[in-house]
Amino acid sequence: MKEKLLALKEEAFALIENASDKKGLQDVKVKYLGKKGPITEVLRGMGKLSKDERPVIGALANEIRQAIELVIEQKQTKLQEELIQAQLESETIDVTLPGKSIKTGNAHPLTSIIEEIEDLFIGLGFSIAEGPEVEQDYYNFEALNLPKDHPARDMQDSFYITNEILLRTHTSPVQVRTMKKHQGKGPVKIICPGKVYRRDTDDATHSHQFMQIEGLYVDKKVRLSDLKGILTVFAKKMFGEDRDIRLRPSFFPFTEPSVEMDISCFKCGGHGCSVCKHTGWIEILGSGMVHPNVLEMAGFDSTVYSGFAFGMGPERIAMLKYGIDDIRHFYTDDVRFLEQFKRA
Amino acid sequence: MLVSYNWLKEYVDLTGVTPEDLENKITNAGIEVEHLSFVGEGITKVVVGYVESKKPHPEADKLNLCQVSLGDEVVQIVCGAPNVDAGQYVPVAKVGARLPGGVKIKRAKLRGEVSNGMICSLSELGVDPKFVPKEFADGIYVFKDEVVVGEDALPYLNLNDYILELDILPNSAHCLNMIGVAHEVAAILDREVKYPNVDLQEEAASVLSKLDVKITSGAEKVVPYYGARIITDIKIAPSPAWMQNRLIAAGIRPINNIVDISNYVMIEYGQPLHTFDYDTFNSDQVDVRLANKEEKITTLDGVERTLLPSDIVITNTQKAVAIAGVMGGSDTEVTSNTKTILLESALFDARSIRRTATRLNLRTDASSRYEKGLDYNRVTAASNRAASLIAEIAGGNVLSGFAECGQRVIEPEIINMPWKVINDKLGTTLTSEEIRDILVRLGFDAKIENEWMHVLVPTRRPDVSIPEDLVEEVGRIYGYDHLPATLPEGTTSKAELTPYQKLRRKLRRYFEGKGLYETVTYSLTTNEKAKQLTIDESTLNDAVKLKMPMSEEHETLRMSLVPGLIDVAEYHINRQMPNLAIYEIGKVFKAQGSQDQLPNEAEHISGLITGHVHDKSWNRAPETVDFFYVKGVLEGLFDLMGVSNSISYRPAKRPDLHPGRTATIHLNDECVGYIGQLHPNVQNDHDLNETYVFEISLAHLRDQDQSEITYHSLPRFPSITRDIALVVDQSVFADHIKQSIQEAGGKLLSDVTIFDVYEGEHIEEGKKSIAFSITYLDPERTLTDEEVSRAHDRVLASVKEKFDAVLRS
Ligand SMILES: [Zn+2]
Repeated sequence: MKEKLLALKEEAFALIENASDKKGLQDVKVKYLGKKGPITEVLRGMGKLSKDERPVIGALANEIRQAIELVIEQKQTKLQEELIQAQLESETIDVTLPGKSIKTGNAHPLTSIIEEIEDLFIGLGFSIAEGPEVEQDYYNFEALNLPKDHPARDMQDSFYITNEILLRTHTSPVQVRTMKKHQGKGPVKIICPGKVYRRDTDDATHSHQFMQIEGLYVDKKVRLSDLKGILTVFAKKMFGEDRDIRLRPSFFPFTEPSVEMDISCFKCGGHGCSVCKHTGWIEILGSGMVHPNVLEMAGFDSTVYSGFAFGMGPERIAMLKYGIDDIRHFYTDDVRFLEQFKRA
Repeated sequence: MLVSYNWLKEYVDLTGVTPEDLENKITNAGIEVEHLSFVGEGITKVVVGYVESKKPHPEADKLNLCQVSLGDEVVQIVCGAPNVDAGQYVPVAKVGARLPGGVKIKRAKLRGEVSNGMICSLSELGVDPKFVPKEFADGIYVFKDEVVVGEDALPYLNLNDYILELDILPNSAHCLNMIGVAHEVAAILDREVKYPNVDLQEEAASVLSKLDVKITSGAEKVVPYYGARIITDIKIAPSPAWMQNRLIAAGIRPINNIVDISNYVMIEYGQPLHTFDYDTFNSDQVDVRLANKEEKITTLDGVERTLLPSDIVITNTQKAVAIAGVMGGSDTEVTSNTKTILLESALFDARSIRRTATRLNLRTDASSRYEKGLDYNRVTAASNRAASLIAEIAGGNVLSGFAECGQRVIEPEIINMPWKVINDKLGTTLTSEEIRDILVRLGFDAKIENEWMHVLVPTRRPDVSIPEDLVEEVGRIYGYDHLPATLPEGTTSKAELTPYQKLRRKLRRYFEGKGLYETVTYSLTTNEKAKQLTIDESTLNDAVKLKMPMSEEHETLRMSLVPGLIDVAEYHINRQMPNLAIYEIGKVFKAQGSQDQLPNEAEHISGLITGHVHDKSWNRAPETVDFFYVKGVLEGLFDLMGVSNSISYRPAKRPDLHPGRTATIHLNDECVGYIGQLHPNVQNDHDLNETYVFEISLAHLRDQDQSEITYHSLPRFPSITRDIALVVDQSVFADHIKQSIQEAGGKLLSDVTIFDVYEGEHIEEGKKSIAFSITYLDPERTLTDEEVSRAHDRVLASVKEKFDAVLRS
């Protein structure tokens, strides 16, 4: 009997080993361990055995039974693992194929430049002020110390709608409107971005419509050195920490003194190159101390208050920064142009 | 203003100051030097030659064989100039010489005769032909002054000069003359100004025997002073070489000695002078008056001009002989026969001259100086300088005194101010002495008295009139490089974007995330495009037009952004880029109220999508834009703004849009925009494929922005969803059924979505089936089947009643 049991064991182990799937394994289990299985049969026939033999054979039968169960279990785990392995293999993809593209657009480069400058000055305590693009002659010129016959009006030939209404030639009228709202009380600290218009024939460097961004700070005891300080902060943040700035005297009717700001060339670091026309300096903006006439006309006492103002062209900044050669690109809106500023 | 470096040396010592130094110093002190150029650029080996003999070329009529001495040798030069002659001193480009434009002179054979160099004309030496004196216009240049044969010819021709081109802005008109530039340079270098030495010998006879001047009929206000001299017995001739050379350097063509002297003195003093032929002036009376309406005069350039009563004219009491300060008349022009001249030296109002010159489109060297303001106290000095030069060069006799009217001496202005203001405004710590020293260098007479400073401003500086002007004068000479960089000491303030500015940025990022590129197009467009595709169709007559447009392309302010986007799309399709998704935020304009009221400006957001919204890929078919894609983008936008529940779409028929694929967008009951496909005709006109556009008035939405967040706790009880398919007439709008379901469902209804629309087989002709998924929820407890059924029955009854909707089995 003992031999028979051991033979059964060997037989079952072989079948388990050969089982290739869950079902085959189940069949083995039913066949050898089921109620009609050979081991049960052996146990049933134990009555014929001697009293001494009975516990020995019984123990052996149980032992064999447990061994078969264990091997089935192990085989089951192994089969499961093989199954998952096969599934994973069949599901394997070429991860180097391109992803499903999700199209994204991006902001216009001028918007990016303006938002960058806005954020920079918001950090310095300036608010963003906006105003109409079609303006009264008064706000665009007269309140800025440019009376009707002023020769400087030559410098900005304008698009008039009527004798008194025109497309603004700069965003300075927003400064005037904001100062008037303050009714003579400072501080006024604003940045004015927006579209402006001048009678220019469109070519590579001129556009009848362009952007401007201006700043104004009016308070008690504002000095030209403060303008230099603020513009230094601006230049370093906008064009790099190692930029130097230079102020040159200039003329604008609405500021006195008037200065132009140059930055040391970001391309060559000041040694001279084609970007800076071999001077080492790049002209970036016009600025100055607000003319007392402008302060007075806007309702501020010019003996108590002083201020500075500055203005620059986002197109020019973008052209310098990215080496764009034609201002018309900004208004043609070729996506092959626009998409290059995704990370701007 | 063209400033000759050599000429400037007459008035200020430039020892040790190179032209390049001067350029930088002038620019840094406030007047931009736009160009610095060497006049003899590119010229080498041009020397003075002496034509020893001349004989005709045996083989060519127009050529001569000249034996020319170059000092150390005599060479043969073949010369074709008609004015070449033996005994002349001439500029010669030797063999191996270089001339402007890269010309290299080589030994040559001309029709068999050797030519060792070239005798030069002025234009061959780089002088702009329009400045070459008439006597040398058609031939070689001939030296008139004493020259040394064999020496470098450039200094004799003033071609060894440097020209600084100054950009003169309205506040630097005092540098529109050499003496003014000398003052500026002297202040920068801290050196003296040397004025020209004027030694005028007048005749015993008084000018008054020949001339009287009056200013009449309202001209008194615009003619502060008019003075005239009479100079007799002059001989008209070309002026001397030194004067011709300086005029050429200043960009003025030498004409004859009299005209040249008046131009020369104008460049020197800034005071325009005018000379009349006294004999053709034909009167002993000058009457300066305002022009009569429609009065005519033929000016020196031969053009007949029609005048207005705002113009000032010089008359001989009978007729106008000059437009004051702008241009003389041809009748009284100085000619080669002129014997006696009337030399005018006068002051005219800047604005009046500007108006006249602008209207006549006649900008002259004189008018541009009058316009920008003169030193009123030079009117006599300039006349004296010119008179003495005429006596010296043209041999005239100057009658004594002036025939004059008006006031010729003007007192300088005084600015009184606390000197500390200079430091307060600049942020500097200068002492009163330092401030005074700078002002004195500038030629200002400055006195310090304790806290106060009294500054006498010379009349050559009419641009300086208030304390801030002195702040600038001190600042620019002190040097802005020396200013400290400080930060404002005043109030600190915090700042942030306004809610609207935040919203605008949010919308930009939203559209960009949805695949649209931002564009910026022109506000000015054609009159036709300005009125196309507007949201509000009732305002087409309110387009805002320019008074004087530069072109039809840009004559009217846009009332919609879409036509600009269509142009952008057309640009792309013409370049084989049929897939495009763009948006723009910008203003549209319409007239309102009376003419003197500003137009209404409203910010709109607009978009255009055409072609594929997804390109073909290895695992995806391309997706082409349709109405519902664009609508989905807008729904997301309204959701972002929290206004979805107030937005509805109504079918609309509009010009330029597809009548069956267009909806107006309504916020509550107000139309705030539209969405639709471009009309196929419009698409064809622009070569476009199926193209969808939208425009929304942000101005209307900004007040409705509900994007503030109100948090709702998550539902703790399950919801129940029932799907139904309803068969209705094809003309019934899905959204109407949806609204009806929402109303009938009551407060238990939490969501309705449309998940299928079907027509065709199994559905009666003229009908369609729409499937809705309806979700019921009570946030407070679990719903019973009965409750849901009651609500659902109400829904079914409602759609049956309103739309005759049948539940599809
Ligand atoms: Zn550079």
